[in-house]
This record gives sequence, structure tokens and C-alpha cells, in this order.
Amino acid sequence: MRRRAYLIPFILLGAGILAAGLHAASGPAVRWTEEERATIRSLALDDLPPLPAEPSNRLANDPRAAEFGRALFFDTRLSADGRVACATCHNPERQFQDGTPLARGVGVTNRRTMPIAGTAYSPFLFWDGRKDSLWSQALGPLESPVEHGGDRTQYGHIVAEHYRTSYEAVFGPLPNMGHLPPHAGPVADPDATAAWKAMPEADREAVSRVFANIGKAIAAYERTIRPPVTRFDTYASALGSGSDVGILSADEIAGLRLFIGKGACVTCHNGPLLTDNHFHNTGIPAVPGLPEDRGREAGAKLVREDAFNCLGKYSDAGEGDCSELRFMTAQGPELLRAFKTPSMRGVASRPPYMHAGQIGTLAEVVAHYSTAPAAPAGDSEIRPLNLSETELRQLIAFLATLEPRETEGEGPKGSENLPHP
Amino acid sequence: MLTYTTRRALLLGIPVLLLASGVTAGVMMRSVPENLDLALDKATAAGLYRATIAPDAAPIVVGAMQAWTVTVRTPAGAPVKAAKIGINGGMPQHGHGLPTSPQMTADLGGGRYRIEGMKFNMRGWWTLDLAIDGPKGTDTVTFNLML
Repeated sequence: MRRRAYLIPFILLGAGILAAGLHAASGPAVRWTEEERATIRSLALDDLPPLPAEPSNRLANDPRAAEFGRALFFDTRLSADGRVACATCHNPERQFQDGTPLARGVGVTNRRTMPIAGTAYSPFLFWDGRKDSLWSQALGPLESPVEHGGDRTQYGHIVAEHYRTSYEAVFGPLPNMGHLPPHAGPVADPDATAAWKAMPEADREAVSRVFANIGKAIAAYERTIRPPVTRFDTYASALGSGSDVGILSADEIAGLRLFIGKGACVTCHNGPLLTDNHFHNTGIPAVPGLPEDRGREAGAKLVREDAFNCLGKYSDAGEGDCSELRFMTAQGPELLRAFKTPSMRGVASRPPYMHAGQIGTLAEVVAHYSTAPAAPAGDSEIRPLNLSETELRQLIAFLATLEPRETEGEGPKGSENLPHP
Repeated sequence: MLTYTTRRALLLGIPVLLLASGVTAGVMMRSVPENLDLALDKATAAGLYRATIAPDAAPIVVGAMQAWTVTVRTPAGAPVKAAKIGINGGMPQHGHGLPTSPQMTADLGGGRYRIEGMKFNMRGWWTLDLAIDGPKGTDTVTFNLML
């Protein structure tokens, strides 16, 4: 009797191995319902529509503006200490992000750097959506005291000195700025603010227009940064053609099934960018030591008041073009600690996670969504999934298939579709 | 003894409380009813009006801003003019509202009204609640959509 009992674990182990073998073998013959196939295809890059029109930036699709914007994007002169460019945090070697919990410019911010690929499709930018276009987004860090730390006349002078030809080719003649102070702008630095207030309104507006155009050139460049094709895309495109066999492992397919099924990840991570571009409270813990972060509740107010929004005087859009801003939800309990749904593309090689990098690994992220802890403020939208260890592992395996195909395993890079001269 | 019983009752009560809170959560996160009424033409709750809704562009694309036209008639079929329409809605299964705040932006004449700022950011069961303020008073109607 004792001997038989001793054998039981071996029998179980044998059965486990057999089951695992069958499971692996079932990979190629995976069956999806028609609805599941449609869902999987809706996530593929093939399904990404052309870039949306950008009426607030009339040069959004101008290759010369994009070239000028690329130069600005990498120019560290556009900072208080000459050492910070957009590319400092939005590192093109790392999916245009920096891999640190909190972004570091001339100081340290309160938020995680977001990647750029595909953001041209998003109506609102930043974790709290406090900007409603790529060009107005680009202006925020330039004036932040902890990011670029510079000011509007400084940037105007840099453009006049180093980029006059590029600027005037796309935006027309630069205003005369020779008489303006070296540092002036509505920024945290009291001297620059005082100098700005002392300037005539006409000068302030002329400089602000140059400043807005810097953003528009950077945005034209950022629109060219497209998400790279992944192994998942290859699978989704091949689905049903018979050539989808062997592209994903059994575990990866099981993870995909969880992603679109029991895990309900696809509820928010939908479409070819795997984001609904909306804001959700998912109970992400607050970071001790950082100021209270109310997320979209604060962002909605900021974007409405922003001088550089779609309805503002520096926008090229007509009122009818600004439906996202005009009809956005600006108040309500759902906005409290709601943060932007990030794209899942490239997520596996992009730790740490969440709006302040407070979750270190993908394993901890899926565990968070499986247990669904209460939110530190407001109400979390997610409910416990109680996924098993196997399911958690499968979900992580699937997420790794969203890495760029050509660089998988060696760290992904962004891809630019910029026409080279 | 009393203390012991009370404590015991409290401890025994915990699973009941947990179950009750689970049930409450369940009520908030409603499942899709069987035979969900997907009609886009309906009488309002108190029968004051009849409302028809139609997207200006079909099929409905998840994540895209869209305009809809609401047509309001009397129960006898006459167009209801100069009405004001309020729009609300959400996903009963998820306990959240619409991602945007749509508004009536134009009276198109003939009982037709334009609603702008509609967006659905995910697939699933959505409800659209219209509050119609017309000559006979205010009445409401809820439409169901499956995306």
C-alpha cells in the first residue's frame, strides 16, 4: 500500500508530461471561433488605418516639417543646461522611452516617460490627457522646470540662430526677435516670467507662434514613428490561411486566448495599437513621496484651459475639427486616478510599468490585474480574475509576442517612415 | 458568554458580508440580458414620444468620433419640433458611462436632431439614454447597442 502511494506522484507527473505534450501538440491545430478570429485580426497592425487627419497642424504631413522636427527632437540646445533633448527621455533605441520609473530631464518628473510610436492616433496625450495634439504635447516638456527647463524667447532665439532656413521654408518669415530678452516665458522661473510680462503683447504672441511652430515641426516628425511589425501581427495576418502554424507557441496562443477571453484585457487594450486611447482607474498604487496624482480629473481641466489646444489661436483647426475636445468628458467620478491605457506593443521590453513606473515587472503587472486591488482613490474599474500560475505565465508569454519581429530578443527599436533626402 | 457569542457571530458573519458585497458587485456588473432589445426605434418610457436613432456613418467604428441623428415623433407619427435632447449612457456590464459627453448640436427640422460627440471605446453592450424635452413634457428612452 505504501509502495503504491509512493508511486502516485510519478503517475501524476507522467500524466502531467503527457498533458503538456498534448497541449504543445495542440498548438498548430488551435481552433478559434469566427468571433475570436475577428477579434484577433482587429488587433493586427494590418488593421491600422492611415494616419488620421490633423487639422490643428497644417504641416502635420509635410516632409520638410518632419525633417526640421527631427533635428529639433535631438537638439540638446533646447534646454536650460544644454544637455536635454526630447530624445533624452524618448530614446529611439528604447522605443522612444527611457526605462526609468520617473523621467529625468534637468530634474525629475512625477511620471513615467511614454513611448511615441502610434501616438498620432491618440486624441489626448500624456498619462492624464492634458494635451490634445502631438504638437501641443511637445511644448509641455520644453517649458517644464524639470524636463527641458527652458523658456519661449530662448527657444525663439535658438531657432533664429540655428534653424532660420528650415523654419522659414515651412512656416514663413521668422518675426524679429533680436530685441527680446534671452530668457522670457510663462514658466516657473520668476525672472523669466517677469521678463515675459514686461514684453508687449504683440511680441509675446509672435514668440508664442514660433514656439507653437516648434511643436508642430516636432509633431510632424513624431507622426512618422510607426509601431514595428511583431510576431503576433504575422500570426494574426496568417490566421485562417493555413500558414499560421508554428508562428506562436502553444503557451503564447493560450495567452492570446486569455487576453481576448477570460482576462478581458482586450476590453481596453483593443484595436491595432492595443489601446482604447481612453483613461481608466485600474487601482494602480500611489507612489509614496510623490504629490497626489488625480490623473484624468486634473488632465481634463488642463487641456480645456490650454492656450495651445485645438480651439486655441495657435491651432490651424476650425471649431468643427475639435470634436474630441468639445465633447470630452470633463468631470465625474470615473476621472479620478484614471490614466491613459498604454499600447501593449513592445510592452515586454519596456519595464517599469504604469504612470509612475511603480510596477517593476510584467509578472507583477499581470498579478495586479488578476487580483484587482482597491484603488488608493476613486474606484478601480477592474475585477479579480484569479488567474492560475499557468495562466499568468501564458499571458506573459503572449505579451512577449508583441515585440518587434526583426529585433526580438535584442531589444526593440522604433521605426521611422521618414522620407530621406 | 455574550461577548463570545457576539464575536463568533461576527466571525461567522464575515463570509456572509463578503458574499453580500460580491452580490452587490454582481448587480453593478450586470450580464447581458437574454433577448436584449436592440430596436433603434422605440416609444419613450411614458409613451409621450417615439424616438429613432441612427448613426450618420455605418458601421460603427470603435474609438471613432461620430455624429448620430435622432428623430422624434408623436405616438401618432407627427414630427416633434423644437425638442431638446440630453444624452447619457454607458456599459452596464462594466459600470462605466460613455467615454465622451455627446450633445445635441442642431435641430435639423422635421423632428430630426443632430447628436455630436458620440464615441464607443470598446466592444460590448452599450446603452444610450435619451431625455427628450418636447412640447408634451420630458420623457426618456433607453436604447441598447451591441458592438
